[in-house]
Amino acid sequence: MSTLQLQPAFNKQSILLKKIGRVFGRVILYFILITFFFIFAYPFYHVFILATRDYQTIYTNPPPTWIGNSFCENWDTLFQKIPYHLNMFNSLGIAILATATQVFFCTMAGFAFAKYNFKYKGILFPFILITIMLPRFLWLIPTLQMMVWLKVTNTWFPMIVPQIGNAFGVFLMTQFIEGSVPLDLIDAARIDGLSEFQILLRVGFPLSRAGIAVLGTISFVFSWNDFIYAMVMLTKEEARTIPVALSEMNLRSEGIIGPVMLGNALGLIPILIAFIFFSRQIISNMLAGSVKG
Amino acid sequence: MRLNRQKIAPYVFISPFFIVFAAFMVFPLGFSIFLSFHKWSGMGGIKTAQFAGLQHFSFLLFKDVYFWKTIGITIWLLIFGSFTQHLFAIPLAIVLNSKLIRGRDIFRTAYFLPVITSAVSVAIIFQNVFNMKYGLLNYITGIFGVAPVDWINWSWSIPIAIAIVINWRWIGWNTLIYLAGLQAIPNELYESADIDGASLITKHVNITIPMLLPIIFFAVTMSIIGGMQIFDEPFVLTQGYLWMGGANNAGFTAAFYILWSLQRAGKYGRGSAIAWLLFLLVLIMTFINRAITNYYKGDNRGIKRVTAKKDKAIDIGPQMNLH
Repeated sequence: MSTLQLQPAFNKQSILLKKIGRVFGRVILYFILITFFFIFAYPFYHVFILATRDYQTIYTNPPPTWIGNSFCENWDTLFQKIPYHLNMFNSLGIAILATATQVFFCTMAGFAFAKYNFKYKGILFPFILITIMLPRFLWLIPTLQMMVWLKVTNTWFPMIVPQIGNAFGVFLMTQFIEGSVPLDLIDAARIDGLSEFQILLRVGFPLSRAGIAVLGTISFVFSWNDFIYAMVMLTKEEARTIPVALSEMNLRSEGIIGPVMLGNALGLIPILIAFIFFSRQIISNMLAGSVKG
Repeated sequence: MRLNRQKIAPYVFISPFFIVFAAFMVFPLGFSIFLSFHKWSGMGGIKTAQFAGLQHFSFLLFKDVYFWKTIGITIWLLIFGSFTQHLFAIPLAIVLNSKLIRGRDIFRTAYFLPVITSAVSVAIIFQNVFNMKYGLLNYITGIFGVAPVDWINWSWSIPIAIAIVINWRWIGWNTLIYLAGLQAIPNELYESADIDGASLITKHVNITIPMLLPIIFFAVTMSIIGGMQIFDEPFVLTQGYLWMGGANNAGFTAAFYILWSLQRAGKYGRGSAIAWLLFLLVLIMTFINRAITNYYKGDNRGIKRVTAKKDKAIDIGPQMNLH
């Protein structure tokens, strides 16, 4: 009898303890997560604050936390010092075209690797894979020299065309197409009288949408952010992309960073907007691209 | 005819890729090897290149004042910029994976933000954050009574500043990779550990870490490849080529040295030689990483066998090169 009475009392106490422990644990966990939230998010807020301030009001102690009133001044200085609209146009044009061409040709090649048998396929594919493992800077000097010979530095060519030969893209698309395009469907399309190219367009592309989204996201982010190649290939002011233009402007700013920060903030806006609306897809696409092709 | 078309089609499909691949991926590699054995300034056609044999390599390895220094800085940054990411990312992923947490997507989004922005844009922001008198970082450390540090102008603090930026950029990326890995670990493992009365830390040391090993290997490999190529952050933070990495060359990384040889010194051959030596180093490190991972895997074969099926789900493909 006594045990029966004790039992519920004991339970109540342990439940209470558990609850306290849980609340306490939750507070700690949230504290950690929110601290990191601010560490990662605050610099993005900071850049927009600095973009609206002039030399005097940027360098204050404590550092500024709210917008200033020099937005228009900074805007004028920015466009006076560098052809920012052209830089933005280059960045967008290169990122969009590089993504489109890379996705199209890599899907095409991936389709061939995944769904056809041809001579040398067994040698060619592993050979392509090896180049994924090599660090990018091996290509920097020879590629620059080739572009100089072709007389295409300061154009979009060096930023777009070599991306078609991206081994990672072909590997990724081959993996995706292997799993997502059934051979039966291709055979059925053949019996219906579709040409091989029509099969690629009407069966291959639509069915590998998931892979195309993954490669497209990675390729766009990569092109938009690329610095080393852009810096080496695009040396004229009006040919530069945003990262190169900003870096150059920053080097010459002599502490007057309001306009630089404005350029920086404007360059962040397109990618921030895309990220706010499609964050879930962008994150999962980029992770999918790296963790499992 | 029909069968024939089917035979020709794959060649047509791979040809655009393959032509570009041969022209801009394979040929440059050979060209780079050629250059690393020649002296050439990039001027006056390739015929002016002089054969130099192993001169570049012997110069770099035994005589050059910069080479070993840049390698040292790069490895220092690899340890404190790239490896430390994982020390933050794994616990952070475990916290983010906790059942007690709501609003995971908001955190995921914020943590991922630095990944999709360019290194240049980030470095420009941090240049202001690192400002000695008016920067955010010194303001915060000042609250705790720490004397102000001129982060990007003092030789001892330049590598730390660069490491902070690298960590800041990639912790979120690794956190989300580990989070994906954590979600693939079967819950039964934790449940049976609960029955055995295992503490929280024991559970993570004995279940989480071993189960994450393939992903840790993959993520660390990516960090090695990325970390060995660090250029953007030191370049922007230490004001370009002029100071060659700031005070006492403290931010002069190996990739920075390659770019400097190319753009400032006009030494194409030496630049290529550095690139190949650096590649060798990446290769060695990847093998060491694999050896360490395999060694620990050997320790935990029991768990591996139990979860052999689930393991496939978190298997990994070759790495993508984001840097």
